[in-house]
Amino acid sequence: MSHHIVRFENVTFKYPDGTSALNGVSFLITHGESVGIVGANGSGKTTLLMHLNGYLLPTSGTINIGDFILNKKTRMEIRKKVGVVFQNPDDQLFMPTVYEDVAFGPINMGLDESSVDIKVRRALEIVGCYDLKDKPPHHLSGGQKRAVAIASVIAMEPDILAMDEPSSNLDPKSRRSLINLLKSFSHTKIIASHDLDMILDVCERCIVIKDGIVVADGPSEIVLSDQKLLEENNLELPLTLQRR
Amino acid sequence: MHMADALISPAVGVGFWGLSLGGIAYSAKKLKENLDEKMVPLMGILGAFVFAAQMINFTIPATGSSGHIGGGMLLSILLGPYASFIVMASILTVQALFFADGGFLALGCNIWNLAFYTSFIAYPLIYKPIARKGKFSFLATIVSVVIALQLGAFSVVVQTYFSGISELPFKTFVMLMQPIHLGIGIIEGVITYAIIKYVATTKPEILESSVGNKQNKLNGVYTKKLVLVFFILTLITGGILSWFASNNPDGLEWSIEKIYGKSELPEKEHFLKNIFKGIQEKTSLFPDYTFKKSEKQETIPEEERYPNIDMGTSLSGIFGAFLVLLITFLTGYVIKTLKKKNL
Amino acid sequence: MKFDKEFFNLGYLDRLSYKNTFIHNIDARVKVIGAVFYIIAVVSFPKYAVLSLVPFFSFQIFFMILGEIPVDFVFKRVFVVSPFIFFIAIFNPFLDRNTAFYLLGIPISYGILSFLSILVKFVLTVSIIIILISTTSFAGLCYAIRYFKVPEIFVNQLLFMYRYIFVLTEEAMRMVRAKELRSFNNKGLELKFYVKLAGNLLIRSLNRAERIYYAMLSRGYNGNMPYIKKKKLNFSDFLFILIMLLTIYLFRFFEPVDRIGKLMIGVIR
Repeated sequence: MSHHIVRFENVTFKYPDGTSALNGVSFLITHGESVGIVGANGSGKTTLLMHLNGYLLPTSGTINIGDFILNKKTRMEIRKKVGVVFQNPDDQLFMPTVYEDVAFGPINMGLDESSVDIKVRRALEIVGCYDLKDKPPHHLSGGQKRAVAIASVIAMEPDILAMDEPSSNLDPKSRRSLINLLKSFSHTKIIASHDLDMILDVCERCIVIKDGIVVADGPSEIVLSDQKLLEENNLELPLTLQRR
Repeated sequence: MHMADALISPAVGVGFWGLSLGGIAYSAKKLKENLDEKMVPLMGILGAFVFAAQMINFTIPATGSSGHIGGGMLLSILLGPYASFIVMASILTVQALFFADGGFLALGCNIWNLAFYTSFIAYPLIYKPIARKGKFSFLATIVSVVIALQLGAFSVVVQTYFSGISELPFKTFVMLMQPIHLGIGIIEGVITYAIIKYVATTKPEILESSVGNKQNKLNGVYTKKLVLVFFILTLITGGILSWFASNNPDGLEWSIEKIYGKSELPEKEHFLKNIFKGIQEKTSLFPDYTFKKSEKQETIPEEERYPNIDMGTSLSGIFGAFLVLLITFLTGYVIKTLKKKNL
Repeated sequence: MKFDKEFFNLGYLDRLSYKNTFIHNIDARVKVIGAVFYIIAVVSFPKYAVLSLVPFFSFQIFFMILGEIPVDFVFKRVFVVSPFIFFIAIFNPFLDRNTAFYLLGIPISYGILSFLSILVKFVLTVSIIIILISTTSFAGLCYAIRYFKVPEIFVNQLLFMYRYIFVLTEEAMRMVRAKELRSFNNKGLELKFYVKLAGNLLIRSLNRAERIYYAMLSRGYNGNMPYIKKKKLNFSDFLFILIMLLTIYLFRFFEPVDRIGKLMIGVIR
């Protein structure tokens, strides 16, 4: 099935101030894959993610998402297929209550009141936060915000889920809940993170980005055991693989 | 500068509420016409920004006391007149509700005094002409802020005066308010300019990308609107003045004499006057205000001016007051206990 | 520093407003109408009315008990904002010295009466608003005014701004604290530093606005903020507003204080 693939072909991207963030990125992710994106700060991870739902458009090269080629006209449709969860949930939860935040996507998709309610309910139940539905976001803890942010994205039932540093600022318990949650998802997952242990746990494949190009792409078990590679990218072996 | 409810009469309060709501509706309509999606988050965030910035005090040089910014002009420069009016109104609303900074009835007055003059008078008529396109001008900022604050301060005096509740004389109040706000205006102007300059020099791209073309165009059409605005302002001041003149029987008789050649009102006007007088006596909606202009003033007998206060009534009053409060306490507790039992 | 206190108050009020009591659960629209009529009634009292205003305190008492609002909190807030009005009103006794009556031999001037009247009206109107805010969530209030046809853009502005006030003030607080540890001036920051701080906060805010916009677009934002229809009013809501408006009307026009007082004195005699 082609409708869940993500294909980058020689994608470059330059910011208006001249910074070259992506310098020829290519990869193919297929339906249901779970891929981790790792790299040093400033390597281009976030820029890459921002292309996945068309917030940024490539300066050159092509991006295929599902049956679409990413451009100005197709990105509205693509946004229904690709859900992006941000690093900072405060940026993502902007409505007065949890319910409305999660309902934001479905309502914008044009669904009627009862359909919206079904989707919101389901999404919140999946992340275990239905009882928080009438709370304002600023009353939530970090872990709860994260969970609700995820709910707000999965309520749109995207095929592809992209996440930027999902485990940052979470206490161990919340982090564990998050990992279990992600493992239960059948979406295609693309997760950018410094939390290599989580990547190892959740993603069977791992792509390493350095200075805007792909320097490694393979099974996580292998990529994340390559100590030399990791250290070249300001990373370390995941704690689970480190020997005392 | 924020007015309190107890100092304004319902007439003034409601009047300015009407004006401010009108301003909000008008700005909303204008913003809708040039719908810019980014405005919603931008306005929200900048509102929160000004709110947060207002919470931080700075020391005013040479005085040793501290103050905080208003932010109206800053918002106007970043967002243009319509959006900044709405943002400033929202900030004042939250302040009134959460910090009791300015009363609720007085919110209309406060929005007018602090948002209208900055967004619709000082910014388009003073800042923009002086500052050249795209550049931030020191002179323009200071002058426009000072004028906006002077207008606002003067409005406070006018509103208090026409409410007739405070006995503070007009001249004294003006002498108090204007100089203070002149100083405040200068400082706010300097700081506003400094902040924008800082951002423009440190990170010019952010200004460009977020607020770059948000300055809503005020073209030649504006001169018509301008005339309308000043016309309305004149109506308000003129209208209120004549309203009060009509409440003064002697003044009215005097003007009637001049117009009709006799001191008695024709039937129709008499009827209206009685209605107003009736409403006034029952509710004091139109304040017990007398205009010092005519000498006929002094002939108003004492009893008409001051209500009769009887000592006996007062005693029973105090007694009755306590009783009412006691009854309420008891009722409240009873209901509360009943509710708890039902759970 | 003033900053911390203000922020604390905002947070405290906000948390209070989410309690679950009878008063909290009354529809926001009804409470807003009640508050508006209350304020208009109080402010419409004549210039020298003092005692006839007292029954209006019964609302405060009633709501504070049922709404579980700490009394000292409400009156502390009122006290904190009273200096300005006190300063203005204090002129009255000096400017209006005609004697109204004698209390235990001491002449009480009209000026004193009007001064007291202003203060009482002030306390009543300010406290009723504080109580309204303490018993109604901000979002609820905004939906109420949206229902009353206040323009959407303004309501959305209120909601959005409120959402981020906490976030931004916390950010500002962190920036201020970092400097405070290095300066001993308790009166406020030096101007130069204030400008830098405000400037940096502005830059961060603008960046944040960009990110939020991005998040909105990612979930299909097209310029219209979606909203969910409000629930219908129920019986308690109707009963509440009926009783409240009736009581306000009675207190305003039927001199209950006078009547009850006279009644009691008659009974005693």
